[in-house]
Amino acid sequence: MTTTPLVSAATLVYRRDLLLAVRHWGQAAQPLMFFAMVTTLFPLALGPDLGELRQVAGGILWVAALLASLLGVELLFRADHVDGTLEQMMVSGQPLAMLALAKGAAHWTICGLPLVLISPLVAGGLGVPGAALCTLMLSIGLGTGILSALGAIGSALTLGLRRGSVLLSLLVLPLAMPALIFGARAVDMAIHGESARGPLLLLAAMLVLAVTLAPAAVAAALRISAE
Amino acid sequence: MLGGVSVEAAAGGCVHLAGPNGSGKTTLLRVLAGFLEPEQGTITWGGRPINADRDAYHASFSYLAHSDGLKPELTARENLAFEVGLRRQLGATEPDEALSRVGLAAARDHTAAVLSAGQRRRLAMARVMLTAAPLWLLDEPFTNLDSAGVALVSTMIGAQLDRGGAVLMAAHQLPSIPNHSPRRVELGP
Repeated sequence: MTTTPLVSAATLVYRRDLLLAVRHWGQAAQPLMFFAMVTTLFPLALGPDLGELRQVAGGILWVAALLASLLGVELLFRADHVDGTLEQMMVSGQPLAMLALAKGAAHWTICGLPLVLISPLVAGGLGVPGAALCTLMLSIGLGTGILSALGAIGSALTLGLRRGSVLLSLLVLPLAMPALIFGARAVDMAIHGESARGPLLLLAAMLVLAVTLAPAAVAAALRISAE
Repeated sequence: MLGGVSVEAAAGGCVHLAGPNGSGKTTLLRVLAGFLEPEQGTITWGGRPINADRDAYHASFSYLAHSDGLKPELTARENLAFEVGLRRQLGATEPDEALSRVGLAAARDHTAAVLSAGQRRRLAMARVMLTAAPLWLLDEPFTNLDSAGVALVSTMIGAQLDRGGAVLMAAHQLPSIPNHSPRRVELGP
């Protein structure tokens, strides 16, 4: 009998979550729909002047991405908790932190990556110039990664609660503020033709910190929730 | 909630946890599985406290909870491939053989959502069997099973004991296990 190597086990979890998202595509597409709708509604509400929209585009795109990420993160562990598969993962003999990391990576692929890919499209409607699109995509990519990691901690902590979504928002949003500030600033600087290297590097550092620390915190929170 | 309990499972031995509803059978199994920390006392596996290397301890047992631990959206075969695949590398034909053994060969490509409660229990037992762990922790393994299913699970438990494995199970009624007589541990109300 050969024990499954850790990388293979994490890959199994990642692939399973992607397969489940494909079979539940309506639920998986919710954050994307929310992001597209909110960013499309702003030009309708504020008026068609692209010059004015350009001034607030970074903030709009980032707030929409932040809230869209929160929409999906609540369900990160809930279904597995309800059907008992989470318990089985916890006693699989594999390090729970690594399985949680794989679930977080799958969550980012399902919820974060589509936001990155659609952001240039919706940014066009907000008057974001073509030269700033790379910075926009990079900042949203880094930011949604940070939010997936922070959201996973919140989701694991509120797993046993009946109405955990409000508490989840209260836990995650304050922690996500630095990412929001630097992310929106990076987009704003790129829109005005300045180099956004500084805020992007800070976002990358935050992502490294979140991805390094979150798995252990998620594993500890899941063990508490399972009691 | 539960106190003064001492249980030992030896290789080839079966322990039957019995007692009325609320006596703590499930709680004891969850403590043994490491989900709950005992306020007093220790749990050892192979002479070492389970907290010494929790992942190694987890790898040494297979746990059947009240819930079957199956993904409703995945097929019977996918459920086995994922859950057992997390623990050990599976041969290409092993999931199908296990499904045939528990009488689910025809339902192997059906999602767990459309299986009956008894079929899901059989599938969960197929997972326990395929894991090939030395210790089985079973919480009401005969729930929802028809008489053929009860006989099947009894045979599976007997085969695990024949291999030198140990079984610790909570059950209200225990059918006879072929060639073995489980040691009954009665938990008070």
